[in-house]
Amino acid sequence: MKNAFQTIFLLTLILITGNHVSTAMGADNPNAFNRLFIPPKDRDTSIKNDGIHDPATPGLNLLQEPSSAFKPLATSPAGNGVDWVKALNKGQIKPIYDYRDSKKEALPVDMNIVMEVKGSMPNVLFPHKQHTEILECANCHDAIFTPKKGANPMSMADIMLGKKCGICHGSVAFPVTECRRCHSQNKHIKNKK
Amino acid sequence: MNNKQRYSGLSRLNPFLLSFSLCLVMVAGGFISPAAHAQYGDIVLNNYSDKSGVRPVIFPHWFHRIRYSCKACHSDIGFPFKAGGSKVNMLNIINGEYCGACHNGEIAWSVENCDLCHSAKPHTPTQVIRSNVLKVPKK
Repeated sequence: MKNAFQTIFLLTLILITGNHVSTAMGADNPNAFNRLFIPPKDRDTSIKNDGIHDPATPGLNLLQEPSSAFKPLATSPAGNGVDWVKALNKGQIKPIYDYRDSKKEALPVDMNIVMEVKGSMPNVLFPHKQHTEILECANCHDAIFTPKKGANPMSMADIMLGKKCGICHGSVAFPVTECRRCHSQNKHIKNKK
Repeated sequence: MNNKQRYSGLSRLNPFLLSFSLCLVMVAGGFISPAAHAQYGDIVLNNYSDKSGVRPVIFPHWFHRIRYSCKACHSDIGFPFKAGGSKVNMLNIINGEYCGACHNGEIAWSVENCDLCHSAKPHTPTQVIRSNVLKVPKK
């Protein structure tokens, strides 16, 4: 009798402690240090328990698991964990370019736009090539970007509010935590002595 | 003194049983919680689903990105760059507009497969999953 009581008491203690500890560790803590960071082991959650799919949906087993689709594709540390540009260039994915004519191919425009950054971050290099492989001119011009060099001033705040580059980069394309993928042109600054 | 007297309390329990139930309790207590992280770029569409009493729709960008360019949907079919911005409803789809441009039984599954699209937890609002876009509260 006494042993059972001890066991129950200890288990209850662990239960309560467990709740507190997990809360501090960030399970539901809004002030957790790395609030948006997903540890690598948690990145490939199944569709059945990914937090948005309703596990009670009939036929959920028929939907493909993202992890199985991503296995053959080039990896990236952010977003889906897939480097879509590399996957396209290596031929791992062969997306149909045109809805009406599946034989039509993209006509990429190879034109780099360098955008000078006010601060000390390296300048931004915008490559038309990678974008025009999957988009067409009208997707961005003129509604989002004026087709004129220097005519699209923007800040990181704009991007993080979902304007300009932030329309895609931060929602469907790689997020802005991948700084060097855009800020790739080192400034030439002479050392002052 | 025999063994029963020397060892008392918890140590008398089967050690396997004890560690197993300890783990069980730790999971229940929240020590190890299974992470729930939906795929980056998934779109939840709930303009009309809650009002109609069906589960909201989940559109997975990743699945479609493997098969089509951005242009095919966002130019050719006419989807705007905004979650829920097309205001697509079932009539549109049956008429071959928006999702119905492919989900007509010929290019992709037909509109009779309700639950394959309508698979989100009820009352999930329209959103881009794991979007980094910040929202400024309106004054």
